[in-house]
Amino acid sequence: MSRSVELTPPLDEAAVRALRAGDEVRITGLLYTGRDAVHKYLHDGGKAPFDLRGGILYHCGPVVLEQDGGYIVKAAGPTTSIREEPYQGELMERLGIRAVIGKGGMGAKTLAACQRVGAVYLHAIGGAAQVYAANVVRVVDVALREFGSPEAMWVLQVKDFAAVVTMDSHGRSLHQEVSAASLAALRATLQTGGTTPRPR
Amino acid sequence: MTSLKLEPQTLSASLLELIRRTSSDLPPDIVAALRAGRQAEQNGTTAAGALDTIACNIDAASVLSAPLCQDTGMLKFYVHCPVGFDQLAFRDAAEWATAEATKAGFLRQNSVDSLTGRNTGTNLGPGTPQFHFAQWRHGEVDVRLIQKGGGCENVGAQYALPRAFEEFGGATAGRDLQGARLAILHAVWSAQGKGCAPGYIGVCIGSDRAAGYDVAKEQLLRTIGDRNPVIELDSLERELADVCNGLGIGPMGFGGKTTVLGVKIAARNRLPASFFVSVTYGCWAHRRRGVVLSQDGAPLRWLYETEHEEVLE
Repeated sequence: MSRSVELTPPLDEAAVRALRAGDEVRITGLLYTGRDAVHKYLHDGGKAPFDLRGGILYHCGPVVLEQDGGYIVKAAGPTTSIREEPYQGELMERLGIRAVIGKGGMGAKTLAACQRVGAVYLHAIGGAAQVYAANVVRVVDVALREFGSPEAMWVLQVKDFAAVVTMDSHGRSLHQEVSAASLAALRATLQTGGTTPRPR
Repeated sequence: MTSLKLEPQTLSASLLELIRRTSSDLPPDIVAALRAGRQAEQNGTTAAGALDTIACNIDAASVLSAPLCQDTGMLKFYVHCPVGFDQLAFRDAAEWATAEATKAGFLRQNSVDSLTGRNTGTNLGPGTPQFHFAQWRHGEVDVRLIQKGGGCENVGAQYALPRAFEEFGGATAGRDLQGARLAILHAVWSAQGKGCAPGYIGVCIGSDRAAGYDVAKEQLLRTIGDRNPVIELDSLERELADVCNGLGIGPMGFGGKTTVLGVKIAARNRLPASFFVSVTYGCWAHRRRGVVLSQDGAPLRWLYETEHEEVLE
């Protein structure tokens, strides 16, 4: 059974180091969205439009409608994170990002950066766009709209946004563990040539 | 030949409603399989939590007529129409409906120029949406829509057999059903949770590189509970679903007993020199709806309203 931890960004290093893979977190505060175009832009030396120190970056390309001069978030689930693997570690380090939310997990480079700088990877449920849209209290700001609406950097005020720590700052990745265990199960199936018994 | 009186406004309205339903209302066979998956997971596990969140999301999207997933996907229209049906008028109506659905927030602005990176903002552009037309000898028009997201599309895989898999201790997939089985398992294992597991897997054995993927995707039009009329493929589909669910990848790759919702396999003739296995991965949010239209474009019957949908003939 996992623990549940409340997070209210900006986060300090101690709060992040206290998180362990498998913990559930609930976030109340600001999230900054950023996906493919934002990562490439920042990596290529583009200026971060907001101060991201202690911040939480959300791999998300939301559906946002403009209404009465404001914005309404219609859908806001996580996108696949591994595409940002070439950039993520460096951006955590340089911009002081303490947590990244996405789906599917990230690789060895990001895991090493999490250990080095004190950061975590938080896994949200892919496809659950309405559950997370309901956690968005309001759109605080937006920048880099020239990348198109899904690729812009949206600043979202959220309440009780739930996610699971799948990569912690102590070198543990649930993704590596599941990948290795499923490979072992598969190889066992191939050796017997029969059906793998379901794990209990 | 029958004279067809297509009413553009009637057709456009039908297609807009089809997009709304597809984007926000998951079909019953997928919902039932996710529910069965939840029952297989132990309470209190991360896998159970993921499936509970998914269940809440399905309800919320349906009630709000809002997108199940913010990646509203590639729109793929599969149309069976009578001889003499005006496909160009259909295309116009579908494009109008797509742009309207984007304005209404049923769809995200999801069509990006691959050279400039510019988002067209309407979901219209070269190659989007996609149309697959086929004629048939019925008077009605059968329209099926799949919205396939980019995350699961990215984990699809195509194998040219024979091929040795290093990860599997050098096991070789030969040019037979056992080889195809190994390739499919490799695709599902490689995807882990990245395609938003539990996934719905479509496969084509044979054909060429382009049509192989097309046929694999067409398998995703099938409902989970249907049976493959080819006995060897039917038993492979069932056996592979069991093996995949025994791998312990689980929902979102969190570990658990529900890795796939189903595996659907077709075989097509190949050239002597080629043996492709094309595997497409559909995420759990498998948005697939359909409608049978009269010749003027009015809905006669909505498809995928029950777990067991009639098969196209």
